[in-house]
Amino acid sequence: MLIDCPHCGSRDLAEFSYQGDATRARPDLASTDTKAWLDYVYNRPNPAGRHREFWQHAGGCRAHLVVERDTLTHEILTVAFARDAAGGDAA
Amino acid sequence: MVERASPLGSDFRPGFHGDFAEGTGVTILEAIKGSIVEANAWPGEEKTLTENLSAICRLKLSAAPGSGAANREGTCAFNIGPGRFLLSGQDEALAGDLIAAIDETTGTVTDLSHGRTVFAIEGSQVEWVLAKLFALDFSLSAFPVHTGRATAHHDLFVQIQRRGEKRFELYVFRSFARAFAKTLRRASEDVGYTIR
Ligand SMILES: [Zn+2]
Repeated sequence: MLIDCPHCGSRDLAEFSYQGDATRARPDLASTDTKAWLDYVYNRPNPAGRHREFWQHAGGCRAHLVVERDTLTHEILTVAFARDAAGGDAA
Repeated sequence: MVERASPLGSDFRPGFHGDFAEGTGVTILEAIKGSIVEANAWPGEEKTLTENLSAICRLKLSAAPGSGAANREGTCAFNIGPGRFLLSGQDEALAGDLIAAIDETTGTVTDLSHGRTVFAIEGSQVEWVLAKLFALDFSLSAFPVHTGRATAHHDLFVQIQRRGEKRFELYVFRSFARAFAKTLRRASEDVGYTIR
């Protein structure tokens, strides 16, 4: 699998590390809603298909990325710098 | 003064090694640097950092991915990430000069002079040898002289700058240098190699 790093270009998967699901949004820090926190920390939808994920080009430019990947085909649909992309809390 | 010790140990012996009956395809040596520095720009400060580094190092640097430069005094630098540069030179004062000159609102400068070991590898078979270790295109058109790449060999991060048509410099963590030297030698065995 190759990931097109927006800085480095096409690089081998081995240079990247997975940083987690980029679709979850953190509850308000003052929230005491146990279910909302449980969902945020532990529960993942684990979809068969398109998925937004955080990756880091750790063995390269070290930029944090948001990658859209198809979990069935491993096709990479989009790659963007995490700081420019809507992901996680910004989604 | 304390003698500077190489981390490469007694395994890294000068001479001819591997299959050298027809001559050696590459020469490997430790490139001794006075200073090795990483500089990082805060977001939006990339241009200012690039200009300041260029002025202090007397290099024509650009913030373009992978771009790099070198001058006659042996000072060289290349881009290793967004707003990130790896710089090195013979002058031991360079690291201190850069730390003093880059304003803290522009970015950060980290002295890696004691934290990295630099290998120079050169010769007719250099692209063949490096292509065994890294999933990169080492041809001159894809990887022009002075440009650089930040990459990895398994878990070991390696920054590579092309210093000539048939010469590359590889920056590795000093603590991994002896192991990486072994890897580099193993990859060079089939073409024969000289250690200098
Ligand atoms: Zn990258």
